[in-house]
Amino acid sequence: MKSLEDLEKKINSELTTKINNTEIKHNQIYIETDKDDIIDVAIFLKTNQYTKFRQLIDITVIDYPEQNQRFKVVYLFLSHEFNQRLIVKYSIAENEVIPTLTSIFPSANWMEREVFDMYGVSFKDHPDLRRILTDYGFEGHPLRKDFPLTGHSEVRYSEDQKKVISEPVKLEQNYRNFDYESPWEGTKYIKEEIGSNDKKN
Amino acid sequence: MTKKIKNLNLNFGPQHPAAHGVLRLILELDGEVVEKADPHIGLLHRGTEKLIENKTYMQAVPYFDRLDYVAPMNQEHAFALAVEKILKIDVPIRAQYIRVIFCEIGRILSHILNVTTQALDVGALTPSLWGFEERETLMTFYERASGSRLHANYFRAGGVHQDLPKGLEEDIGKFCETFPKIINDLESLLTDNRIFKQRNVDIGVVTKEDALDYSFSGVMIRGSGVPWDLRKSQPYDCYESLDFKIPVGKNGDCYDRYLCRIEEMKESVSIIKQCLAKMEKGPIKSLDGKISPPPKAEIKQSMEALIHHFKLFTEGYRVPKDEIYTAVEAPKGEFGVYLISDGSSKPYKCKIRAPGFSHLQSMDYLIKGHMLADVPAVLGSLDIVFGEVDR
Repeated sequence: MKSLEDLEKKINSELTTKINNTEIKHNQIYIETDKDDIIDVAIFLKTNQYTKFRQLIDITVIDYPEQNQRFKVVYLFLSHEFNQRLIVKYSIAENEVIPTLTSIFPSANWMEREVFDMYGVSFKDHPDLRRILTDYGFEGHPLRKDFPLTGHSEVRYSEDQKKVISEPVKLEQNYRNFDYESPWEGTKYIKEEIGSNDKKN
Repeated sequence: MTKKIKNLNLNFGPQHPAAHGVLRLILELDGEVVEKADPHIGLLHRGTEKLIENKTYMQAVPYFDRLDYVAPMNQEHAFALAVEKILKIDVPIRAQYIRVIFCEIGRILSHILNVTTQALDVGALTPSLWGFEERETLMTFYERASGSRLHANYFRAGGVHQDLPKGLEEDIGKFCETFPKIINDLESLLTDNRIFKQRNVDIGVVTKEDALDYSFSGVMIRGSGVPWDLRKSQPYDCYESLDFKIPVGKNGDCYDRYLCRIEEMKESVSIIKQCLAKMEKGPIKSLDGKISPPPKAEIKQSMEALIHHFKLFTEGYRVPKDEIYTAVEAPKGEFGVYLISDGSSKPYKCKIRAPGFSHLQSMDYLIKGHMLADVPAVLGSLDIVFGEVDR
């Protein structure tokens, strides 16, 4: 498809029930779908002669811990033929297992391993689902929002044991997250609060 | 009597010089033929993405230098562009030229390193001695513009940190005159060299289809004959107004990728020359005081400038809620930033798409059936830097 608008129409008409929402911004198409439809959507995007999204650029997850559907899985596609970019997204709950794209895009292998490593999202039928970036024997999923920035354990060389050991993190000072946002609006005056409490009573 | 023959498992790296950093490659060998390769990465994982989530947009820039530390400014460029697109700010034309000049210098830096170390891996020592001298000159340019040779922290959303110092433009111009001769010298050592060709021609062949399937980009996909370069196809900054060619390979082997890199260096020199010729005096960063800090002198005089300065270096600028994927043509391929902002002064998420990650992933496919001695040659032509693979 030449233009993004035509592509949006095409995708909507061909994949009617599988697409929840489409949007064009920043010269890219954003598509929302469901977990169970992702394989069909990916195959369509890759093989259809009007789309030809031959390359899977990346897979990632966005973590929204306060939402019921905690994770949003994101796939980035690129079509060399039509010079277009497309982003497919769907939401899943914390313990859901999602389908793998390795059979359609071989490059999905490591990308899914990274998602598994960083967010703990499992892929069904993935050929080789191991941790990839973190250390051997690492516990936890670092990019989840509830994982502390400092991590849980630190590694050092122990002179007594003559080997590298892993211990719980000891901080000289707690990690401080300064909330600089609008220092002038931030202060709540106790007087006013007491006043408004009195009114309620 | 029959003898049982077992395949040999060999650990390649993480302390091997030809592993280009901290790659642990577990090879399964049948005699000298590689049956299977399993790269173990992450030995240089620093949690860049997690750190960026906890920093303001301006504080996030230095992390990009530490990804592909061979061409630092190209990475900063992707991040700067992503933020600019969300904020919808324009970059002054002089800043665009400065950024393009330094991106091309980064490309030359990276390609020199790759070409010469690849030669080193297959047995040629001299190219690296000649090439590194030029890299040193280029890094001096980095230093003169930004204050440091490697971790520049120079690009900002809306432009660059400061203007080029006096005389730098002329010196870069002079370099452009002398450097093509050095490329020719390197070529005279390698291009027709019998040993170099024996080690690289028809090694690690990638077909067009596979290059697409394995998410290759940059030289890896151009070497296989796909004319694809983001500077041409999705131009950013002032690349549209510049005239340059995209070298494309034919056979998709290590040798073609080497040739592509050599040609790209020549194109980069021509791009830098054009930029220098077109560049005029003018502002080098966005004039919006809410985004770029005021000049130091102004802070002494103007209350508004002082407030802007204070707010920018404590809270930082806020970026409206949005999401965007922006990619640039880094020397190694498509380097992308998928940025999610939530209206605060820190990114909610910043996924970094490193080209080396998908290239290294195909190691098993590339090396299967080759000899053990071809492993460094293929690895060299993939152009792997662990800063970006491990993030």
